[in-house]
Amino acid sequence: MPASDLTQALGEQVRAAFETATPLRPQGGASKQFLGRAVQAQVLSCAGHRGITSYQPSELVVSARSGTPLAEVEDTLAASGQMLPFEPPHFGAGATVGGTIACGLSGPRRPYAGAARDFVLGVRLINGRGEVLRFGGEVMKNVAGFDVSRLMTGSMGTLAVLLEVSMKVLPRPQVEATLAFEHTPAQAVRLFNDWAGQPLPLSAACHLQGRSYVRLSGSTPGVGSAAAHLGGERVPAHEVPWTDLREQRLAPLHGGLPLWRLSVPATTPPLALPGECVIDWGGALRWLRSDVDPGAVCSVVAASGGHATLFRGADAGAEVFHPLPPALLRLHQRIKSAFDPRGILNPGAMYADI
Amino acid sequence: MTATRNAPRDADRAGELARELRRFLPAEAVLVEVEDLKPFECDGLTAYRQLPLLAVLPHTVEQVREVMRVCSREGVPVVARGAGTGLSGGALPLAGGVLLSLAKFNRILDIDRAARTARVQPGVRNLAISEAAAPYALYYAPDPSSQIACSIGGNVAENAGGLHCLKYGLTVHNILELHVVSVDGDLLTIGSGALDSAGYDLLAVMTGSEGLLGVIVEVTVKLLARPTCARLLLAAFDNVEAAGSAVGKIIAEGIIPGGLEMMDNFAIRATDEFCGAGYPIDAAAILLVELDGTEEEVAEQVARVRGMLESCGASEVRAARDDAERQRFWAGRKAAFPAAGRLSPDYYCMDGTIPRRELPKVLTRMDELSRHYDLPVMNVFHAGDGNLHPLILYDANVPGAIEKVEEFGARILDLCVEVGGTISGEHGVGVEKIEGMCTQFSAPELAQFHALKRAFDEAGLLNPGKAVPTLARCAEIGGMHVHGGKLPFPDLERF
Repeated sequence: MPASDLTQALGEQVRAAFETATPLRPQGGASKQFLGRAVQAQVLSCAGHRGITSYQPSELVVSARSGTPLAEVEDTLAASGQMLPFEPPHFGAGATVGGTIACGLSGPRRPYAGAARDFVLGVRLINGRGEVLRFGGEVMKNVAGFDVSRLMTGSMGTLAVLLEVSMKVLPRPQVEATLAFEHTPAQAVRLFNDWAGQPLPLSAACHLQGRSYVRLSGSTPGVGSAAAHLGGERVPAHEVPWTDLREQRLAPLHGGLPLWRLSVPATTPPLALPGECVIDWGGALRWLRSDVDPGAVCSVVAASGGHATLFRGADAGAEVFHPLPPALLRLHQRIKSAFDPRGILNPGAMYADI
Repeated sequence: MTATRNAPRDADRAGELARELRRFLPAEAVLVEVEDLKPFECDGLTAYRQLPLLAVLPHTVEQVREVMRVCSREGVPVVARGAGTGLSGGALPLAGGVLLSLAKFNRILDIDRAARTARVQPGVRNLAISEAAAPYALYYAPDPSSQIACSIGGNVAENAGGLHCLKYGLTVHNILELHVVSVDGDLLTIGSGALDSAGYDLLAVMTGSEGLLGVIVEVTVKLLARPTCARLLLAAFDNVEAAGSAVGKIIAEGIIPGGLEMMDNFAIRATDEFCGAGYPIDAAAILLVELDGTEEEVAEQVARVRGMLESCGASEVRAARDDAERQRFWAGRKAAFPAAGRLSPDYYCMDGTIPRRELPKVLTRMDELSRHYDLPVMNVFHAGDGNLHPLILYDANVPGAIEKVEEFGARILDLCVEVGGTISGEHGVGVEKIEGMCTQFSAPELAQFHALKRAFDEAGLLNPGKAVPTLARCAEIGGMHVHGGKLPFPDLERF
């Protein structure tokens, strides 16, 4: 599909919704509908607002309209030997740049390269009043004004409709190698953290069903000597788990039971929660397939210093994100009002009260 | 930078408020005498000075909370201050406000080697964190040139960068958690020991918020493993375009150096004279390229980068022979400010970011402006990320010099915005660039910033008058451009 700029039409739709206080649900490729709380609202389709507006490999920045397919951006970057460093999941063929940034999801490379929000340099957006605004830019060193661009990342479309995002990109590594080890979960957590404290070219580390997988990325000599140092078993390229992990196609991550996303300090020992667990992000993310009581999950995870999200399989109307302390919740409500005074953008997508 | 005359303080009001604060603060932590307030009258932007109503130096979080409760109740503005090294006047006091110093918050609370984190108080010096982490072969990556003195709390408030931020990121990429006292005295935990937290990304919003959204009382930073090896290449070029193209080539070929800096001829001569770094003083520009990693990785990168520098026309490429020489080559770059200070009674360091490809054009225009204003400019450039520091040399004693420098500076910032960059790469907006914000942002964008600010601070007591200008302010200043006959802010009255 060709590039197309629907700024005016989208702005008009949001302004009309503002006038009539009509709730809107911004939508790209509808690949992440399962995420967050269900929202009763009129779909605002952004998929037609697409196209890479600027790409300068030697500047390490790409800018694209929000409806641009993520796959298109990734292919364009790959053709120049570059990539989105945060390795975002797609979760569907139609995944768009806007949805990716609005959901703020990052893949296995996150702890080593950075999160989605680390690479957001600027956004054009439509706020809840229907105003088209631009924040940030195409440069990383930019401290003029508040960091609204990064605030938008992960805000689930509740603060603004994203029109365009500028992101920093990085070169693809020269080579990658994946090593496998027989570990218990506790061993995996301990070693992942030991290795992260050494100057090794790590780019991913996960553990599932009794095995750890570690990815090394970088120059040929660097990866070679790190692999020799760490040992383990070389995993052939066609068997590496990273894409399946990212897209949640690995066996323990799908099935009938609810899927929890537990974000914890990386050194947290295996959690005392029933269910099958996949350790990701070098220990900092635990995916848990379990029907255990949500209150129990939140309290165990909070005690470890982290937070829990019911990623898939929530009951309708239930809260899915970790509860916020009262003062922080009130601040969230005020921030929401600052961007969307009539509460028309994805009301209730994150919390019932926002 | 017209030096502000000290607006008069209301000494009676100061006395009243001091009594209120001394109910829970030791007497010596509440300063009202002029001699005691003088050390706080400016930060690193010394042309602006203002005595606060009074200064407080709490040493516990509970004291900070109580200070904020009292000030909120009394409607007294508060300006927080770390080490006072900031270059944009972010910690400039208000005549009617309290200067809240976090200097006593200087303890490193915990270093967790296994988790690679450090919990520190905001007054801890940036370099002190790396020094404390050194026994574990860990360090804190963001290294602003003032790191020997600047505070981590200030670094968070400014989203400080440094020479190695191309590869290792800004402050926002290197912190996990903040404890923040809100304007009402609430204590908020923002972020966590995990890599993300529930709700909006308030950690990103707080970082770079210049003391406008809350008072930072604790910071948890990420620590990284020290690279085993670092090598520095110095390349000389006969013209800036060639140097710029070498930078682009290195990046396009997939190498992210640990550091990548450029200096123009003026800067080369000044810093070489100042500290004998041994720079090739006839070069139009030099590049300093630092490559770090394991021995094997670095050896490979050095060979590739050397080839690229030569193919882009470097007249000379030198590799630092050892770590001591590497430090010496860097010392010159880091000495840009004192070198400027040696050449001229006064200098004004500017900070802007431009897309890298625009550098030759920007330097040419700056050269023209330099001749127009008859003021010399030396340029140091974080070439890897486009962050430019022109240093304008002048003599404040010459009548009209300050106004000229101010105007020259504003033209440079306009130029940055014009080529698609920003008016502040890392020094913050503070008071210094508040007018530049009117060029970079439209009225509805500024209004959106204000709405976000009000969500944190309805009454506008935290660092008012800094960072984000009011629309009325934008309308007042003379330098607004009228494009195509359309007046900006058309609904504001003009006199």
